[in-house]
Amino acid sequence: MKKALAIVLAILIFIVFALAFVKIPFGEKMSTYPHYYNPITNQTSNMSLPQHYLTYGKNDTGATNMVTAIVVDYRGFDTLGEVTVLFLASTGVGSLMYVENKVKKKVRRSNAVVETGSKLLFGFIILFGAYIFIHGHLTPGGGFPGGAVIASAFLLLYLAYPKFHAKHEKLSVSESIAGLTFVIVGLIGLIIAGYFLYNFLPFGLPTYLFSAGVIPLIYVAIGVKVGSELTAIVDSMMGVRE
Amino acid sequence: MIQYYYLGSIALIAIGMYIVIAKRNLIKIILGLDIMDTGVNLLFISIGYVKNATAPIENVPGPYVDPIPQALVLTAIVIGVSVMALALSIAIGIYKKTGTLELDEILGVKK
Repeated sequence: MKKALAIVLAILIFIVFALAFVKIPFGEKMSTYPHYYNPITNQTSNMSLPQHYLTYGKNDTGATNMVTAIVVDYRGFDTLGEVTVLFLASTGVGSLMYVENKVKKKVRRSNAVVETGSKLLFGFIILFGAYIFIHGHLTPGGGFPGGAVIASAFLLLYLAYPKFHAKHEKLSVSESIAGLTFVIVGLIGLIIAGYFLYNFLPFGLPTYLFSAGVIPLIYVAIGVKVGSELTAIVDSMMGVRE
Repeated sequence: MIQYYYLGSIALIAIGMYIVIAKRNLIKIILGLDIMDTGVNLLFISIGYVKNATAPIENVPGPYVDPIPQALVLTAIVIGVSVMALALSIAIGIYKKTGTLELDEILGVKK
């Protein structure tokens, strides 16, 4: 009875959403989007908001990757909030999974192939993650995927070595330094130009590694922060083992 | 004519909604929420698609796809993962206290 009701409700939701999306065009050119209205100057631009970003983004931020330009520069404050959500989730997992009476679970040793392979791969995976977040303003990727790649390297170590334990103190140090870097860069912008996360460094030449002002700095901080937080989440969910 | 991309992602949302309502196991409910999350992300990305366009990285000549949904979904994926980790650890805590993951047994409902 309840399952039938649930199926009916799911189909109803499907139909309502589908009807809502019948008239939304797919793959249309961005010039057909509604034009961007600026409430501060009370003017309607002659282009849509994504077109505005794609046209002026390179001069505004110096970044080549427009997704990075939006995430770190135009909506940098939003990203600070999202990093805070990640921090809160990691803290919550840590406090929920904390065990007072350390009951040690017995675990089997893993395969020799997995142990040797993870030893060989660990450094390369960390290097790849660092490459992704250092080049966040030039190539696809950035701090969030790079941090996830670094956490996956640690997950491989957990799979290969059942007794492995990342030190929470060191993780919290790297995480705090990364978070502080983000906030301090924002505050320096506030002091220099009067608004938070102002891009105060010189932009340099586009498509070069040292370009786009503070964007690579912030993205490296986000990468380190996401990497250490996800590693802390993995570590707390693994529990105490022997 | 509605696009298949929209239909697929809306189907994912509906499947997730069905799981959340019909299933009475905590792990299954959390996985249902994650399926809904995936559907919403896919819907966002497909709204920003432009025909014959490339990724919005300006070292190749355009036209580019809409970068705003990609920027939103990029952070939403990581947030979704961390929120799911939090939900799963709450479920583990409930299992340690009550010894079961079935909602009916936790709430003491008699069948």
